[in-house]
Amino acid sequence: MSTIASAQPYLPEAGTRAGMRGRPPAARRVWPWADALFSVLAHGAAWLTLALLAAILVSLVIGAAPAIREYGLNFLWTSEWDPVQNRYGGLVMIYGTLMTSFIALVIAVPVSFGIALFLTELSPTWLKRPLGTAIELLAAVPSIVYGMWGLLVFSPILARFVQQPLQAAFHGVPLLGPLVSGPPVGIGLLSAGIILAIMVIPFIASVMRDVFDVTPPMLKESAYALGSTTWEVVWKVVLPYTKTGVVGGIMLGLGRAIGETMAVTFVIGNFNQLHSLSLFEAANSITSALANEFGEAAQGLHQASLIYLGLVLFVITFVVLAGSKILLQQLKKREGTVA
Amino acid sequence: MSTVAAPSALELARLRLHRRRKRTNVVALTLALMAMAFGIFWLVWILVETVHLGVGALSVSLVTEMTPPPQAETGGLANAIFGSLVMVTLATLLGTPIGILAGIYLAEYGQRSWLGSATRFINDILLSAPSIVIGLFIYTVVVARTRTFSGWAGILALALIVIPVVIRTTENILALIPNALREAAYALGTPKWRVITTVTLRAARAGVITGVLLAFARIAGETAPLLFTALSNQFWTNDLAQPMASLPVTIFKFAMSPYENWQKLAWAGVFLITLGVLLLHIVARTFFRNRI
Amino acid sequence: MLKYQTLVRATAAVAIASAAFAATAQDITGAGATFPAPVYAKWADAYNKATGARLNYQSVGSGAGIQQIRAKTVDFGASDMPLADDVLAKDGLMQFPTVIGGVVPVVNVKGVAPGQLKLTGQVLGDIYLGKIAKWSDPALKSLNPGLALPDEAISPVRRADGSGTSFIFTNYLSKTNADWKAKVGEGTAVNWPTGAGGKGNEGVAAFVQRLPNSIGYVEYAYAKQNKMTYALLKNRDGNFVPPDADNFKAAAAGADWSKTFFQVLTDQPGKDAWPISGATFILVYKAPEKPVNVANALKFFDWAYANGDKMADDLEYVPLPAAVKDLVRKSWATNVKDSGGKALAWK
Repeated sequence: MSTIASAQPYLPEAGTRAGMRGRPPAARRVWPWADALFSVLAHGAAWLTLALLAAILVSLVIGAAPAIREYGLNFLWTSEWDPVQNRYGGLVMIYGTLMTSFIALVIAVPVSFGIALFLTELSPTWLKRPLGTAIELLAAVPSIVYGMWGLLVFSPILARFVQQPLQAAFHGVPLLGPLVSGPPVGIGLLSAGIILAIMVIPFIASVMRDVFDVTPPMLKESAYALGSTTWEVVWKVVLPYTKTGVVGGIMLGLGRAIGETMAVTFVIGNFNQLHSLSLFEAANSITSALANEFGEAAQGLHQASLIYLGLVLFVITFVVLAGSKILLQQLKKREGTVA
Repeated sequence: MSTVAAPSALELARLRLHRRRKRTNVVALTLALMAMAFGIFWLVWILVETVHLGVGALSVSLVTEMTPPPQAETGGLANAIFGSLVMVTLATLLGTPIGILAGIYLAEYGQRSWLGSATRFINDILLSAPSIVIGLFIYTVVVARTRTFSGWAGILALALIVIPVVIRTTENILALIPNALREAAYALGTPKWRVITTVTLRAARAGVITGVLLAFARIAGETAPLLFTALSNQFWTNDLAQPMASLPVTIFKFAMSPYENWQKLAWAGVFLITLGVLLLHIVARTFFRNRI
Repeated sequence: MLKYQTLVRATAAVAIASAAFAATAQDITGAGATFPAPVYAKWADAYNKATGARLNYQSVGSGAGIQQIRAKTVDFGASDMPLADDVLAKDGLMQFPTVIGGVVPVVNVKGVAPGQLKLTGQVLGDIYLGKIAKWSDPALKSLNPGLALPDEAISPVRRADGSGTSFIFTNYLSKTNADWKAKVGEGTAVNWPTGAGGKGNEGVAAFVQRLPNSIGYVEYAYAKQNKMTYALLKNRDGNFVPPDADNFKAAAAGADWSKTFFQVLTDQPGKDAWPISGATFILVYKAPEKPVNVANALKFFDWAYANGDKMADDLEYVPLPAAVKDLVRKSWATNVKDSGGKALAWK
């Protein structure tokens, strides 16, 4: 054995972690119950969500029972709504809700996509945050303001600069003519649809923007390296990658549009009859009817019919959501990402 | 003298294709720019109107005096502001933990289970639940049973609106966090709950906060669910078991009235809500962006 | 970690703060008609300054007022539509009037000033039925020979929510237009054949102000405050009268309140009587669940009867005649009892 220090075998000091001999002690966990507790909390929250919807549905079904017994499914295509004679049918409101939401999406989805595209690809970096915040500010505006602004500021302008010219231009044209007939006074399905579109744009745009932002740069750069233009990268690479998020954002916007009450009720005209296909006619939507009439609907067929309408709204949402899930499933299948 | 050979058919086709792709690109990007301008245009118009009509009515009395009767000389929105602050804050505090936990469940535990799929689907339905139906549900379950309109009923109704929004945004953002982060933490021996709270959630913090703020902003302006639950109150009240004034319901009542003093207060209230939520957004964005 | 710490601290702070909220005594809650809402708010404010007691009145519409008092979620309900005596008896309610006002047709037609347009109940009904579609219709021309009415479509505006104002208006139309009575009838919410719906009196006023060539009906205060173009109506005696407080009073003069408070003041005889007048009512339970609250409510109305006339006048309402007020007080004493069967002490 040499006495040269550097030639001594290395023996770590006893008492230190490195000096421990033999098998390491059994692993010791801090708070071993924490995992179980957290898992219970998380599962519990999910169950709570289920329970909430179940409670709402049960409450709706119980409330609507008198009307369901009385009308059955005929409620859906009867358009007569007469509180005096106690006869109710929901077609007008259902049509109003569907039409205004459709108009809102037709306008909002392309615009939101354009905004997200601009914010992620085109805009200079120093402008991104202010513009992004500005768009989200549209979501900050309370729906009351949209209703008031819509009625007092927007609709006269819509009447004069959009509705009247459109009516003059398409007068007599076979398909478009009846669509723009009706009193051009700025209230009706079109106004409600446009205001809903403005309300919904920030929701869809901010989700799209967030989801475009987290696309792996590698994917985009690979596409650029092959010579793609910016548009091609977004349309063919980013959008397919983020399509779940995009569809989710659109659903968020659609949900907002279908369920919006205050803004719609100011400008839709609250007219419980369906005379024509015109977009300019006053109409009614399910939420607007609920807001206006629930407080005073007497227990009995009136209140039950209103609750039946609420139930129908839920079913519409359900159908739309199921449809979008099937669509997504088909898209994924075509790409081979689903077995 | 060298001549440049005439371009072949293939080269011409490529040139045409190239030009077309370039054109499409320019058109698309121009449309994107126009879309941005379109969005900003509406925002500017609405904000200009709000400021124009609201700034004139701003004064200290807004926060020191109660909602007045019509044609009164003085008056403010103190009880409405207070009521709104209390109800919105409590509703967000009530709904956010549930929402985040359920979002965590969906992204971390329930990716493939039937409970996960069911919850996802049901959450989407709840998201679309019109706020008025939520208000009516709470009316049937709480107000009719307790025989009184109350602040608690309003808080419950607002919380029911917060929960689905937070669940969706939390789940979306958690799902986008790359698995590599999680796996690295697991490799170090971190228990699952710690991975979720200190690694995944922290990485997703900005997105989750955005979700909570979007929910806060949404319920700050909600009128319909409060109409039949908290009703409103002309006077100041601390008591959550009584009807409580709130800014949106008060604005709704005042804005469409024919009385000058009520209308001015309504626009001032609108200005306050919009300003408040704007500041909230800016603060959250700058504060939380820096911490990534 | 910062987020969690701040979150926990914030939650704790708010929890402590809300626990510290003392239960402030909220004396009385009432809900109902938008028609008298301004005057009730004014009375409540003055009452609060005078006595410290608080009366919280919310204007949600007459229909909702009736529904909420039936559901017992409020201490009293307010409605411009009086309930029939047998309905009152069945529900265990009693009603009493507080002020009188008038419903006024308002128009927005270029070239027509307030008080120029003359209308009758028949014509008004036909407009709202859709039978008279243009301002240049011969029926309107014959009533207004000197007025140049444009050849434009009429945009009728009415109430979207359940409204006592609507009840008063449709009641008048039913009395004066047989077609209206057959096809539509009267009520707080009817099946309107035409017209855009506004929310509350304010909503109708806003619509009429903005839509050219429109016609609507609002309670008098709203027409006067917004300087709207009101129309003259032909009353039962055949005179075209303008709406104002004196003419509402004239319409109420013929009412006999001694037998029952169920009085509908439309189309009353009297040379100056405004044909669409009406009183507004308060509904309370005869044997209330919370007798203290109802006693306090009656105390408030007693105070308002004694001190509130000028305030009502300022807001263009007609206070009740003194004799009627005494009748009301007497009916409180006989009808509203607490659980022991004793009359409530509202004095």
